Amino acid sequence: MLKIIARRVLVAIPTLFLVSLIVFGLQKLLPGDPLLTMAGEERNPEIIEFLREKYHLNDPFYLQYLYWLRDVLTGDFGNSLRTGVPVSTLIAQKLPVTIQLAVMAMILALLIGIPTGIMSAVKKGKAADYVANAVALSGVSIPNFWLGIIMIMIVSVQWRLLPASGYVPLTEDPVQSIRTMLMPSFVLATALAAYLMRHTRSAMLGVLSSDYIRTARAKGLLPRVVVLKHALRNALMPIITLTTLLFGELLAGAVLTEQVFTIPGFGKLMVDAVFTRDYAVVQGVVLCTAAGFILMNLLADILYILINPRLRHPQ
Amino acid sequence: MSAQVTTASAEAIAPKRKLGRTMTKFLKNRSAVFGGCLVVLFILLAVFAPLLATHDPFQTSFTSIRKPPSTAFWLGTDELGRDIYSRLLYGARASLMAGVVSVTIAVIVGVPLGLIAGFYGGWTDAVISRVTEALLAIPFLILAIALAAFLGPSLTNAMIAIGLSAVPIFIRLTRGQALAVKTEDYVEGARAIGLPNPLIMARYIFPNVLPPIMVQATITVATAIIAEASLSFLGLGQQPPNPSWGSMLNTAKNFMTQAPWMSIFPGSAIFLVVLGFNLLGDGLRDALDPRDN
Repeated sequence: MLKIIARRVLVAIPTLFLVSLIVFGLQKLLPGDPLLTMAGEERNPEIIEFLREKYHLNDPFYLQYLYWLRDVLTGDFGNSLRTGVPVSTLIAQKLPVTIQLAVMAMILALLIGIPTGIMSAVKKGKAADYVANAVALSGVSIPNFWLGIIMIMIVSVQWRLLPASGYVPLTEDPVQSIRTMLMPSFVLATALAAYLMRHTRSAMLGVLSSDYIRTARAKGLLPRVVVLKHALRNALMPIITLTTLLFGELLAGAVLTEQVFTIPGFGKLMVDAVFTRDYAVVQGVVLCTAAGFILMNLLADILYILINPRLRHPQ
Repeated sequence: MSAQVTTASAEAIAPKRKLGRTMTKFLKNRSAVFGGCLVVLFILLAVFAPLLATHDPFQTSFTSIRKPPSTAFWLGTDELGRDIYSRLLYGARASLMAGVVSVTIAVIVGVPLGLIAGFYGGWTDAVISRVTEALLAIPFLILAIALAAFLGPSLTNAMIAIGLSAVPIFIRLTRGQALAVKTEDYVEGARAIGLPNPLIMARYIFPNVLPPIMVQATITVATAIIAEASLSFLGLGQQPPNPSWGSMLNTAKNFMTQAPWMSIFPGSAIFLVVLGFNLLGDGLRDALDPRDN
């Protein structure tokens, strides 16, 4: 089993390198010479030459990449072109905010998606199934930033139930922190809950028609026991992988959700950096997101091997 | 393979019959037909926007700023007094075009690469697959935002960014399908009579991997429309004063309490058209699924 896990870890490394190459390559898409903006109004040739040397811009592409990679591997993502603050510091500051948002959204999505999926499968073809499917499809089709705007209008402005925007650290005031994050995480959770519901439904339908379920029913077990104890356990397997894979969706969705609810997180950092043309920050955020995503995939695979006895011993 | 004599005639009628069966199955699926109708409706609205608009979408009017829906302005006016209904119609052009163009880019780049990777295997496949995996590790929207940021904000660049971000989805899908098809007898046959590889891929493999690609393309149009709206909402897509649903929502969010109609209508439009493409895609998938026949 350790051998399989080790092999899986080794496969992730080249992917990470390729991602870093893509992220580095992004800056080559920039129209014009980025140094001309950095050098200021006078465009003093000496300053430009100094900067060119400093950023290794006179070297060939692969050397530039290797210099950059060396820095990244030591945790140095460069400095923000605007504020001069190291990108790694910025990311470390904003990451906990987005993680709280993502974790709350994931919990909500699981709480909504899995029970609805089970219900939908058990009541297949009945009214409840159709309603659940229609709601799920709407969840996938609704742009989450729009849902955020509408919810602010109703929940915060009309009903005055929850704060419309902002962020309170969890350590400062846990209750207020969760209250502020509740609406954004619900908005972020909608699409996820819909995916989870659809996948739980189809996985449950597959399992419910299998022989051992018929046996369980035939020997007179309570329907509740058959569904929750016998069927769900097997149906949950693919859901675990899906949940980790959807982590990427969560991070991407967080970019817009944070924008709507003005939450000072990872996504807002990226968008603000895009508008101040702070490309080092954009690269840092993209690279971290991808690394996080690869890590989650790796964890999903390992978890899968651990809970699925069939995968533990290769033939 | 028992009736060898009738193979030729069966082949001649089989495609037609298959298409007919798919159509019947599709038309029986009420939600798929509803989705198709939604899509057609929005296409018509976009095409005939100049005829259907009641006002000039660019005409500002300082006497009618943020007016609620009325008989003069069916869906109200925005912060510059422009007619929201007319801007929505023209915005449909931007959204639909963005959806279709970016998916076309993704298909044109992704499908041939997927075919090549699946058909040739070996080193070619290893290289293409690794790069695809790396691209898939960057979440779709984050990649699109990053590409749009580096390319510069405009509708064209947004379409390129969304299209390129969707490329790996089509590479992976096509590669998997091509892998499955290339061991079929008719491909072996084509190889045996000495046809060149590109011709085998184009004439024998491509038509057989087409159905799942069509389904994926339809669903990706929905994703691309949301992505374009997201980029425009962030200010990275369609630039003012040109109308786009996403950029309309971007300004609308500043007037949530004073003028809720500014957010309600563009958002509903995105929702309906995306729902349409999703229903259509699901319907196509069910209709083309050979297992249910």
